[in-house]
Amino acid sequence: MADTALPLEAGAKVNRPSLLKRIILHNLPAKIAALPMMVTVLVVFVGCTLWTIYYSFTNSKLLPTGKFVGIEQYERLFATSRWNVSVTNLITYGVLSLIFTLVVGFILAVLIDQKIRFESAFRTIMLYPFALSFIVTGLVWQWIMNPTLGLQGTMRNLGWENFTFDWIANPRMVLYALLIAGLWQGTGFCMVLMLAGLRGVDEEIWKAARIDGIPTWRTYVSIVVPMMRGVMVTAVVIIGSGIVRLYDLVVALTNGGPGISSEVPAKYVYNYMFSGGNIGQGLAAATMMLLSVIIILIPWAYLEFGGKGRRT
Amino acid sequence: MKKFAVVAAMATALMGTTAAMAVDLEVTHWWTSAGEAAAIAEFAKAFEAETGNTWVDSALAGSGTGANPVIISRIIGGDPMGATQMNTGRDAEELIQAGLMRDLTDVVADMDIESFYVDASLLEPCRFEGGLYCLPINIHSWDWLWLSTAAYEKIGQPVPKDWNEYVASWPALQDAGVLPFGLATGWPISGVPGVLMSGLGGSDLVLAINRDKDASAVRGPEFRKVAEALDSLRQVISPDMMVPSFGDVGTQLLEGTAAGNIHGDWLQGDLQVAGGVPGENYECLPALGLGDQLTGGGDSFYFPKLPEGTDQAVLDAQADLARILISPEAQLNFNMVKGSMPIRTDIDLAAANPCMQKALGMLGNGLLPSGDFALTSDTQQQLQDLSIEFIDDDSITVDDYVERYASIIESAE
Repeated sequence: MADTALPLEAGAKVNRPSLLKRIILHNLPAKIAALPMMVTVLVVFVGCTLWTIYYSFTNSKLLPTGKFVGIEQYERLFATSRWNVSVTNLITYGVLSLIFTLVVGFILAVLIDQKIRFESAFRTIMLYPFALSFIVTGLVWQWIMNPTLGLQGTMRNLGWENFTFDWIANPRMVLYALLIAGLWQGTGFCMVLMLAGLRGVDEEIWKAARIDGIPTWRTYVSIVVPMMRGVMVTAVVIIGSGIVRLYDLVVALTNGGPGISSEVPAKYVYNYMFSGGNIGQGLAAATMMLLSVIIILIPWAYLEFGGKGRRT
Repeated sequence: MKKFAVVAAMATALMGTTAAMAVDLEVTHWWTSAGEAAAIAEFAKAFEAETGNTWVDSALAGSGTGANPVIISRIIGGDPMGATQMNTGRDAEELIQAGLMRDLTDVVADMDIESFYVDASLLEPCRFEGGLYCLPINIHSWDWLWLSTAAYEKIGQPVPKDWNEYVASWPALQDAGVLPFGLATGWPISGVPGVLMSGLGGSDLVLAINRDKDASAVRGPEFRKVAEALDSLRQVISPDMMVPSFGDVGTQLLEGTAAGNIHGDWLQGDLQVAGGVPGENYECLPALGLGDQLTGGGDSFYFPKLPEGTDQAVLDAQADLARILISPEAQLNFNMVKGSMPIRTDIDLAAANPCMQKALGMLGNGLLPSGDFALTSDTQQQLQDLSIEFIDDDSITVDDYVERYASIIESAE
């Protein structure tokens, strides 16, 4: 750092007016190459986000032409039981999904990391569900969990008359049915990420821990896991973004039912924007989803990128 | 090179002439089931035979929730189709107001459409500032109670003649292991409150709520009967007995595993495709066997304004299609296949089946505005959410239901 900083400073002292020029001209091809992406980010991401937020304060119906109505859309949103149920569902599903995906993914990765035979075969099997879309996952599990046609029906036909597995038709359990399908689909990917992290831990550390007589589980918990911070953060971000936009799994598996007991916010947004023809209401819900993402993301971004000059 | 130029010139000349003779007109719709596709083919046949133009069929899956958004975004996004089907009602209201639809006043000026439309109210959603922007082409009604003959044979009772007899037969049905009311998950419940409203509450209640958006009518004693009927209905429905789609309920009725169902007249298409015969395998009670008027909506055709510089021949094709859709022959052929009621009073429907005959008899008493017809899709979505929640969650009392229904109607536009 010091080596490069010195000549730069000297140059600035000699020829100050060219500083601006240098910022622009320095590595110009790279900047030109990045320009389309920068424009995309500014126009598509930032621009559309601002557009979304603005129109959530209007009474737009089918077309974004409504007039400003303040927080009316938000008042209606939070007075709607379907929205409130959706939010509660997402929080429950999100917390459980995050914990179980991480824990199960990590345990599977540790098991595979024991220099077992046919490792690549196991890895492939575990990762396969991830290659399926949520729609396919949802349909597959819908058949398995269907009380009359699926597992319950099969077991009863085989003679276990009292076998009951009707979570998908039970308003109190349907969320856990979703969770099963979600975990089946997502843990394999988490496992692969964790495995890559485990492989990144230096063999010397394991040797040192062994010499000190530290039990294996303790080495994992106190040494290896803290060293895998980067992988953990990546996994949390990927799982987290998957949770917030949870939509297709619900549509394929339960379509929000029974009743409204497995509704999620993204489905609310879609229904009110498109079939309900109420853009203002849909965008207000979308803005609330954005807000929740920001609330989660800001502390993390502060931890990751905040603090001058610190590098991980 | 020279040869190529000649061929190219010939080709352009040829294309030029064919374009002047026949044009392609893209038509979007969401009639994808077997019976529906056969019905729209009747229009396509008539259009191609009479004008020599080509009907480019763009069927979109997913009806009101899947296809409607696609149609709307294509029109808003500046890629309009030649013509499109949509529900009669307020779905396209804003598109008309924004000037995205073609005014058909001149096209049908000499047809005197007021004289043959079954009910003048059907044309109301199409009118805006003196212009006419769509043409209703059929009438659909939710107001049907379908009953299974096989189920009543099982319990040895005659098939009920109205809603009250039907409700009274529930305990016997349950004892025999027959589902009193078959129901599909999701949207099919959304039509039931409206049917109960016109059957049990009467025409005035429907008009007060759907047309006048009168919340005090919702809080009144007549609507309470509707809420209580819905409450008794949910006692005999359980989530694990629900089937995935309304067509499956049709199968249940024919098998006799379910005794009844409230659903729109399009269910009859499925019953007939499955081999059911009205009067033999199933019975139909319009307006629950109690009322004498049907609530109705249906489908309309819209003709989006095409971009500047569109070939005059295409515009003419639009006009031709508009006139053909409401012509007597096309109306008869289409509606006989579709199972819906025609919008014209002056055609002979002797060939219609007994259920349709009953409905046609009631049409003479005038059509009541259904929720699909009179409420915005936003309000419909809210009411649908409420009904789905109420049917499944016994902790919502009848009072809660009435109050929440009232507050949705209060905020309706």
